[in-house]
Amino acid sequence: MLSLDLGFYNWELFTNYIVKGLLFSLQLTLIATIGGIIVGTFLALMRLSGKPFLVYPATIYVNTMRSIPLVMVILWFFLLIPLLIGKPIGADLSAAITFIAFEAAFFSEIVRAGIASIPKGQSYAGEALGMTYGQNMRLIVLPQAFRNMIPVLMTQTIILFQDTSLVYAIGAYDLLKGFEIAGKNYGRPIETYILAAVTYFLICFTLSKVVRKIQSRIAIIR
Amino acid sequence: MSLDLGVFCKNTLDGEAVDHCFSAIFGLAHNSDPSYLDWLLKAWGWTLAVAAIGLIIAFTVGAVMGTLRTLPTTSLMNRWLIRLATTWVELFRNIPILVQVFLWYHVIPSFVLPLKSLPSYWLVSIALGFFTSARIAEQVRAGIQSLPSGQTAAATALGLTTAQSYRYVILPMALRIMIPPLTSESMNLIKNSSVAFAVSVPELTLFAMQAQEETSKGIEIYLAVTLLYALSAFAVNRLMNQIEKRTRVPGFIVSNDANLAH
Repeated sequence: MLSLDLGFYNWELFTNYIVKGLLFSLQLTLIATIGGIIVGTFLALMRLSGKPFLVYPATIYVNTMRSIPLVMVILWFFLLIPLLIGKPIGADLSAAITFIAFEAAFFSEIVRAGIASIPKGQSYAGEALGMTYGQNMRLIVLPQAFRNMIPVLMTQTIILFQDTSLVYAIGAYDLLKGFEIAGKNYGRPIETYILAAVTYFLICFTLSKVVRKIQSRIAIIR
Repeated sequence: MSLDLGVFCKNTLDGEAVDHCFSAIFGLAHNSDPSYLDWLLKAWGWTLAVAAIGLIIAFTVGAVMGTLRTLPTTSLMNRWLIRLATTWVELFRNIPILVQVFLWYHVIPSFVLPLKSLPSYWLVSIALGFFTSARIAEQVRAGIQSLPSGQTAAATALGLTTAQSYRYVILPMALRIMIPPLTSESMNLIKNSSVAFAVSVPELTLFAMQAQEETSKGIEIYLAVTLLYALSAFAVNRLMNQIEKRTRVPGFIVSNDANLAH
């Protein structure tokens, strides 16, 4: 049996190793959530448009992304972006682009379900008032759909935060990497892996509690 | 840009082309010098093995934990079991899979010494299995709770014990309802098995990284690996569809193809 010694874990270690990684993970989550929802909404609208030249590309894109492991998507983008733009790209920027592109596929499915959950009478009413398709979506359907979607979108964001740890594959400095390097430098890998797990757990568990609260609030109003 | 598929016929040691590239697949000859194709197929085997063990663990533990969470809160024992299952789900759902893999590989064997003798792919399978079991438990719980309460009431009225009503009434129906979400969880598990690269299990993702570095034919290598992942997930999808068709109770479960267009 081995004894744990957490005495090495102090403020200095936290600011030197962990904060940098934590900030990167949070930034990546934020960028990918905002970017993913925007791109995902367009993908969802394409798939619901009923026009084959919009439906097929969006469907193929979403299904492809959803059938490839995220680690492989990260590797693909890290390989392809430099080939396309002709110069090397950092792991951080590559990760940001990858996560927006990858999460867009997942967010688009949520948005699609959200739009489908709005009764058709709403968009008929909008049309009857003489609104164009764009006005109808922007003023009538999407505001209601997004409100219904908030809990699911937040749950996806928690999953996304967990997934950011996979940038390990291209060596970006995220929260997990911060713990790992600290563990190596202090010679305490076991303790730092436990601390990493505890940190991720606390963040994700708290957020999931918040989501449940919001969910019950929205449920009462409706 | 053209693809150079010849890379798969190259020897992994010196990069020269081997004579019988496809012989390895059909078992016609033993290549003394393995080609990248041999390596790729071996890596696929590892991915499937890790995923298969993980799936068995995930389904078993997930079914038990999900069922426990729906127990009636009538006895103290039941309440403790519910608490145990809830803690299980929260614990394994809120830690990233990669961190869990590291825990099983670097941390837990120092506390549970027998695990030290387990090969690393087993540890990854356990990690994947427990991680997925939390998600499956949620699907199982949702499946059981989606049954009309009349089913449980009828079982009670017939004088069945709690265990009997689960065994003969609730679970046979609930498990059928759960097949579609379980299909996507199984496909997720295959995709998630790619994290095994981080603890050097020689599966597809690790192959992709190493072969890309050695040959600098990244696109060809990644394409092959991606196709194999997609093929594996697709095979599971078909298999589960067959199971769903075979076990369908006529008239009870209607697939809903809701028209989504606005």
